[in-house]
Amino acid sequence: MGGKGEKPKLIMDDGRRHDGRAFNELRPIKMEVGVLNNANGSAYVEFGKTRVIAAVYGPREAQPKHIAIPYRAVLRCRYHMAPFSTDERKSPAPSRREIELSKVIREALEPVVMTELFPRASIDIFIEVISADGGTRTTSLTAASLALADAGIPMRDIVAAVAVGKVDGVLVLDIDQVEDNFGEADMPVAAAPALDEITLLQLNGTLTKEEFEEGLELALKGIRQIYSIQKETLRNKYLKVEVEE
Amino acid sequence: MSGKEVNEPEQIERKIVTPGDEVADAGFKVITPNTIYVKGDKYYSLVVGLAKKDLKNKTISIIPLEGYYYPKKDDVVVGIVTSVGLTSWEVDIRAPFPGILYASDFLGKPVNPAKEDLTNYLDVGDVVIAKIDTFDRTRDPHLTTRGRGLGKVKKGTVIEVSPVKVPRLIGRKGSMQSVLEGETGCRLVIGMNGRIVINCPNQDAEEILVLAIRKIEREAHTTGLTDRVKEFILKEKVRRGIISGR
Repeated sequence: MGGKGEKPKLIMDDGRRHDGRAFNELRPIKMEVGVLNNANGSAYVEFGKTRVIAAVYGPREAQPKHIAIPYRAVLRCRYHMAPFSTDERKSPAPSRREIELSKVIREALEPVVMTELFPRASIDIFIEVISADGGTRTTSLTAASLALADAGIPMRDIVAAVAVGKVDGVLVLDIDQVEDNFGEADMPVAAAPALDEITLLQLNGTLTKEEFEEGLELALKGIRQIYSIQKETLRNKYLKVEVEE
Repeated sequence: MSGKEVNEPEQIERKIVTPGDEVADAGFKVITPNTIYVKGDKYYSLVVGLAKKDLKNKTISIIPLEGYYYPKKDDVVVGIVTSVGLTSWEVDIRAPFPGILYASDFLGKPVNPAKEDLTNYLDVGDVVIAKIDTFDRTRDPHLTTRGRGLGKVKKGTVIEVSPVKVPRLIGRKGSMQSVLEGETGCRLVIGMNGRIVINCPNQDAEEILVLAIRKIEREAHTTGLTDRVKEFILKEKVRRGIISGR
């Protein structure tokens, strides 16, 4: 993902980050649901320069038939980065990383989706990263759960996700590409706040036990902010119609 | 509905909810179990929907605003044939499961697959109005075409709406449907799966009807819709010069 080059200064003298954010500040967030006509549900989510579109199809008959499970729906997920999403063209073929992220995202959503209501059916999620600037898996997860809710699929809760990183020895929220490349640690977290459950927790790099606990707390705070924006977005789709009249 | 709206005399609270929202505590009676779940001693929403909380009778219901069609016995659905077998057809009913229509049911007599070819009666792409005969989650829904108004569709146009908007399209005791039919002169067969077969006297009527249906779909969660639709059809008729203004 781009040349590494010289390590820039990540924490400025005034304690702010390289893009002017405070340590616990999210990037500017934009969300929209129902952006695609042909999908049953869809969402567009933007975290700074990371932009993602997610589409959900289903519940529908599982194809091919042998993948169907007799007592619940199969959840399928495809995470894909567009060739133009990165600095250097990315081959459109699914890479090792994309296959892994597809699995990780699916497993983060499985606890909230009521798959047991649709035996033999499938629910398909397609995630397309339009522009990548760090934190694509968390942005994708945020978009995918919005798209699922937009498709009307019964869910126990909405999943929100954000990454915490350690750069220049400081724990920061919602790291971008530069902070990821030159930081010491990257910890993506996804949670379902109403269920009070963490559905994804990864850690790349090293953190001490204290740093980990502090980082997790920071991430959950960020997740609650994202969660309320998600709910606002879902409600606004209907409140807006009334304004039109 | 700006957030909350409390109707004093009836004590009914309506609001838009999203998955994970707490809607009521134990003690309330759940009317729509498919859209509500229990955790601890609280009820939570499973969907994006319109919650109706009756404080007097202690009931809670959530009507989804987005969704799919889930087959129910005795529902009338509009299906499209997707494949032809030896003694049955497979029909797409916009559900997570394919509908099965037996030839003996459709033809009303036993069939001999060696002598008869089912494509002579129904072929891929044909539209049928059918009723769900049997369905439970262990097996695919079986359809029947025995009954009044059921069977192959010979003429008309099929349009699709979101299945959750269907109750609004029919209206209370069919009020919305009769407005649509009465004002445009079209005939409607509304399938519970969100497919509608329309038969109209002319092009203008059909266009007005489709516009009206799209309006209902867009504003399904608002109140006083039937009157607005009536007004909309009238305005549209004046605009097209079918009736003179005033």
